[in-house]
Amino acid sequence: MMSHTGYVMASYGTAALMVAGLILWVFADGRGRRRELKALDDAGIRRRSAPTTAGEPQ
Amino acid sequence: MMNDQSLAIRKFSDLANPTRFLGLAERLLPWFSGLTALLFVVGLYLCFTTQGDYQQGETVRIMYIHVPAAWLSMMCYTVMALSALGTLVWRHPLADVSARAAAPIGACFTLLALVTGSLWGKPMWGTWWVWDARLTSVFVLFLMYLGLIALNRAMDDPGKAAKVSAILILVGFVNIPIIKFSVEWWNTLHQPASVMRLDGPKIDPEFLWPLLVMALAFSMLFFTLHIAAMRNEIWRRRVTSMRRQAARNLGMEGRKA
Repeated sequence: MMSHTGYVMASYGTAALMVAGLILWVFADGRGRRRELKALDDAGIRRRSAPTTAGEPQ
Repeated sequence: MMNDQSLAIRKFSDLANPTRFLGLAERLLPWFSGLTALLFVVGLYLCFTTQGDYQQGETVRIMYIHVPAAWLSMMCYTVMALSALGTLVWRHPLADVSARAAAPIGACFTLLALVTGSLWGKPMWGTWWVWDARLTSVFVLFLMYLGLIALNRAMDDPGKAAKVSAILILVGFVNIPIIKFSVEWWNTLHQPASVMRLDGPKIDPEFLWPLLVMALAFSMLFFTLHIAAMRNEIWRRRVTSMRRQAARNLGMEGRKA
């Protein structure tokens, strides 16, 4: 039989793990996509609607 | 020359522009993340410095994460339902991105509400789980989130997936009022509402403050993650379309040679 404090700690622990996991997953997904876009850009592949020169407004 | 009317139309359509959204996300995310962290620091401080309940003792502290997680599980689905309307009615290009990005976040909050509820139920009710109306309807919500995630992943054509999942999201929305009013319509082990009531909250300020701050912290966490996930989804779609375009160009060059 767990003490009441045990249940409270288990709840906060689970919450911390799940929230941390969610944040890390979103962060890692963003980094992965950013890397893919950079790789495409380095290979000279750009979106058709992308500006051709740096100064041109989008 | 641009007259006032066309300028107004231009401004409105800019809201639907993914590039504009990416710029906005870049500016908002640092502020949103900072505010979320700050709210969690204050919220968690209140969670552990306020008094326990005279009957429930320490376990009342589980409420400060269980209740916000449960609220967010329903709010996230409401955001998805509004996005689904945006997809079906206005064909807003960001609406499907929003619904798709929200589903895994909603699933996480729902699972958190179920797990913490179980951990609260064992010491207070003497059982981890009962199939009463509230618990069952939240479990159904969790399954719906998983179903929508699976559907989005299973369909190759994003346009078709957007339409089908928008219809499913709207059909599933019927579950949200069922969850909210389940504790009034049926005889449940779960207690009825004590904060979101027409006659005002029926909870002592000692518990209300940490609960409200944590609810705000969880809400800000949701908005931060949702914006970031939407940005990721826009990037993912750009990568896909650029790769397809590159493959098409390669094919055309091959034919010319």
